[in-house]
Amino acid sequence: MSDAESKTSVKITIDGREVEAEDGELVIAAAERTGTYIPRFCWHPRMNPVGMCRMCLVEIDTGRGPALQPSCMIPASEGMTVVTDSDMAKKAQEGVLEFLLANHPLDCPVCDKGGECPLQDQAYSHGPGESRFIEEKVHFEKPIPISDLVDLDRERCILCDRCTRFADEVAGDPLIHFIDRGAQTQVNTFPDEPFASYFSGNTVQICPVGALTSRAYRFKARPWDLDQVESTCTSCSVGCRVAVQSSRNQVLRYQGVDVDAVNWGWLCDKGRFDFESIHAEGRLGEPLLRADEGHVTATWSDALGRAAGAIEAALASSGPSGVGVIGGAQLTNESAYAWAKLAKGVIGTDNVDAQLGDGLPAEAVLGLPRATIDQACAPGGTVVVLGVDPKEELPVLYLRLRHAVVEDGVTLVEVVPHATGVTGLAAHSLVHGPGAVADVVAQLLAESPADAGGIGAAALAAAGTAVRSGPVTVILGRGNLADRGDLVASAASRLAEGLDDVRFLSGLRRGNVHGALAAGLAPGMLPGSVSLDDGREWFHDHWSTVPSDRGLDTEGILNAAADGKLDVLVLLGADPLSDFPDHDLARRALAGARTVVAVDTLPNPSVRQADIVLPAAGYAESDGTTTNIEGRISRLSQKVTPPGTARADWVIAAELAYRLGDDLGLESLDDVFAELARVAPSHHGLTAEGVGIDGVLVPLDRDDARTDARTAEDPVGLQTSGGDEEPTADVDPEAAEAAAEAEAADTEAGEAEAEAEATEAQADAEAADAATPDEGDGVEPVADDEGEPAGPGLPAPVRFSATAVAVPSPDTYSLRLLTTRKLYDLGTTTQASRSLAKLAPGAVLHLHPHDFDRLGVEADGQVTVSNREGGRGSVTVPVRPSGTVPKGAALLAFLQPGGQAAELIDASAVVTDVRVEVAR
Amino acid sequence: MPRFTAENTILAKEIIGRYPHPKSALIPLLHLAQEQDGHLAEDAMVHIAELIDHTPAEVIGTASFYEMFKREPVGDYLVNVCTNIACMLMGGEELLHHLEDRLDIRPGSTTADGMFTLEDVECIAACTEAPCLTVNYRYFHKISTDEADQLLEDLRAGRRAHEIPKHGTLARVRQSIPADRRAGAAVPGECGQPVWMTPKDDPEDAPA
Repeated sequence: MSDAESKTSVKITIDGREVEAEDGELVIAAAERTGTYIPRFCWHPRMNPVGMCRMCLVEIDTGRGPALQPSCMIPASEGMTVVTDSDMAKKAQEGVLEFLLANHPLDCPVCDKGGECPLQDQAYSHGPGESRFIEEKVHFEKPIPISDLVDLDRERCILCDRCTRFADEVAGDPLIHFIDRGAQTQVNTFPDEPFASYFSGNTVQICPVGALTSRAYRFKARPWDLDQVESTCTSCSVGCRVAVQSSRNQVLRYQGVDVDAVNWGWLCDKGRFDFESIHAEGRLGEPLLRADEGHVTATWSDALGRAAGAIEAALASSGPSGVGVIGGAQLTNESAYAWAKLAKGVIGTDNVDAQLGDGLPAEAVLGLPRATIDQACAPGGTVVVLGVDPKEELPVLYLRLRHAVVEDGVTLVEVVPHATGVTGLAAHSLVHGPGAVADVVAQLLAESPADAGGIGAAALAAAGTAVRSGPVTVILGRGNLADRGDLVASAASRLAEGLDDVRFLSGLRRGNVHGALAAGLAPGMLPGSVSLDDGREWFHDHWSTVPSDRGLDTEGILNAAADGKLDVLVLLGADPLSDFPDHDLARRALAGARTVVAVDTLPNPSVRQADIVLPAAGYAESDGTTTNIEGRISRLSQKVTPPGTARADWVIAAELAYRLGDDLGLESLDDVFAELARVAPSHHGLTAEGVGIDGVLVPLDRDDARTDARTAEDPVGLQTSGGDEEPTADVDPEAAEAAAEAEAADTEAGEAEAEAEATEAQADAEAADAATPDEGDGVEPVADDEGEPAGPGLPAPVRFSATAVAVPSPDTYSLRLLTTRKLYDLGTTTQASRSLAKLAPGAVLHLHPHDFDRLGVEADGQVTVSNREGGRGSVTVPVRPSGTVPKGAALLAFLQPGGQAAELIDASAVVTDVRVEVAR
Repeated sequence: MPRFTAENTILAKEIIGRYPHPKSALIPLLHLAQEQDGHLAEDAMVHIAELIDHTPAEVIGTASFYEMFKREPVGDYLVNVCTNIACMLMGGEELLHHLEDRLDIRPGSTTADGMFTLEDVECIAACTEAPCLTVNYRYFHKISTDEADQLLEDLRAGRRAHEIPKHGTLARVRQSIPADRRAGAAVPGECGQPVWMTPKDDPEDAPA
């Protein structure tokens, strides 16, 4: 869409009006763009046209006389005349509708789609009004489940091919298909092979009739009962735009909103159906205090008083470092900033980490040059998937990547510890032995590579050529929770150093982890992507205090707690007992911390052990903004009220600060946002209006910052959620331009001063580099071109340089543990969503067939996996051979029912080696 | 429910090798599965999907279009009696009812011994020879009820095995395509004259 200007345009006449269309643009799209709506069922702007339903028949004259043509199949050409409302076109459309209704049941009063149904709407607007058919309609068994999430009523189906095309073209899971073609054509799955796609919910949204319905929403509401706001999904960090729809203060449905820059209208099933967790049973609505047995409810003032008292006691006895804060990746940017200010600017501790030992160093995420999703998917580029499995962790990013590879010729290279969801798309799939990622990347960049990590030199050379050939986007994530994040971070730093045109797209998964890191919820960091040392002076002017030394990360905080050195442990929506990869350490830490304060929405194992529980407002219960993998800030909207007396996290932070005798100076959400924009260097110049509706990339002077955003004055997306019949996220060019101009003026003002400061800031940054504890093998810091200081006195953004990590060689008796994430697991939100709770695949050990054969056990036989040498426990799980796992590795997914990989992992070890024995 | 036998798996891979795209082998493989089991077993379709790297849903989507791919078990002999107008006028319905009585089954079902499946079908394009029926798609023209009885008896006794193989059988002689004549063996337009057009007395001219 961005290269629209470069295409030649043609003049066509639609209903007597001459309009311009892009050469090759479909007539139906050109008509819609210029204000003429042509009815349709099968055509969807994000999928290839098929001309299935014939509803869009119009008279098209290309010089050979007018003829009825499906406007979704005909590209505009110079001089074409289109008549959409002639008698002939009307008669054709009425005829099509009459035929479609010949078999469509008239059960609209009990159909979920009734009221937002394109068939219903277009039967009124373009139909004949009456049918001549008196024959019996086709009959099928009423709704049959085609997956755990979606029901199919084949009688209602009009065979538009949207769901089947989506499954095939977009999701790449063609598990539904036309079957029994003929008079009884139906969409169906293969018997006993459900439509178990991660994206099945989208078919419900794009179904133009009520044939596909979601089991979570069935019979819950009528469209006219629903009220909606536009928001951003925080189930993962892709930042898909959603319409949150509710009725009687109950969120009942999310619908994807079509945004060019991010999700194109699609959502994954986890994001779509986890709304059920908002009203899950057991939501925390009152503060709780630990009593002899379990918890008792308390008033806010008691609970906050106890929490503040514990923090004051900690400050008195051990100073600021006696307090540790874990979590915050699920908070809004505003709440994350308020908590960062409380922890670092009031309490003065730097023991703060939004990640739970399952991520990457904050400096890597914030300090490497960042890419946008659009840049990654731009035709002709190369994408390197480093470590992460996008399909399991960032599903909608996977859809964008899939489109880029399949339709736009993007070359995908994966460097991963086991075959992933993108392996089928990869031109070069480099599946390396566990722990070998840095070696593989080094050889990938070498002129004449040698074998590395079990991958042959020829494969590395071929992939290396692809990587060196064009603009490269590296999607950087933590593929294996059983080895240290430094491994993949150091591999990323090699790529940054070794390639000329390379950008990074973070593959971290938690909802707002990028916002939390940018807000300073990481050790050694301050809000606005600046390091503690660089920002100390700047923040001294704005905060009452700034931590003196770099603090501990989550692993360090938990170790301190386990050793009895931590007085207060604050859990911000964090559940280390489940999510920290080393359960043994997490258990010892929660037992060893003197006071555990949990701020959370749902009870989870860690909350149940907390001494003080403060209930927080959750998703759709508070306003704010969130930051996605690209650094795009977009709006979160409140739709329902929080349960009981639960409060927004930033309010809790402000209340605690007050009780600690300080004042955050934050009285409203606007205050927090304004302060964040004022003091956080990367957010400098940000305004609430600037966030618009599609969000804005920070820092604002990124060259790609505002190419595609809808603005607040043009909120067209809000009208789209009912169906997809309205133009969804089309940019209003005028509004976007105006916004861009306003912005340009802003940045220009600051630029002159910025330049003056640049030299000084750079000197500072270099000094900081020398002081970074990670500093090791002399890797050159990565220059972030867009990240120059944007205003007077602002500290320079953080830079990343990695340390090489030595990987011990495995012994002959052990297998090296691979622990990856699946989309569905035992995570609190997933388990609190009724539809998703049972979808976790369960713990199964996967071994390379070679290693499997050595065991001498049947497939699905029980084995005991243990790490006693590493001082950890064992789990007994079924075992299967798998070609996707490299030799010498043992793959056990994280947080699955039936056996916790986290029982085996020692967080301090570089890699985890396990013994596998047949269970007795 | 069977997948391909080891022997048929080898054959299936050979068939796939004849085409530029594995998916092109789908219908030949469906025939092979029907030949193996007399009908398309679900597991056979799953196996085909694996062999051509598609989903079982795509396989059944294609298979279910074709009336002659049977997804339910069929008797060894599929008896199709035409009841369209020409045959109806010449006694096709009587013939069908006679066979129903004789086999003690309704059209669309299979005898308990798994020998016969009876179906009434639309016009089979032999109106001049009405009434007619087919057994495993072999025609029997102007057939009387007595001749039909004789036919059933012969089939039961195996006296017609040489002309009517069991349902699903494609051919006794397996097709074999030499490597140089297979699709994809040569670039179209660059392959010169096909071997079979080369004059017999001058075999040296055959392309390599």
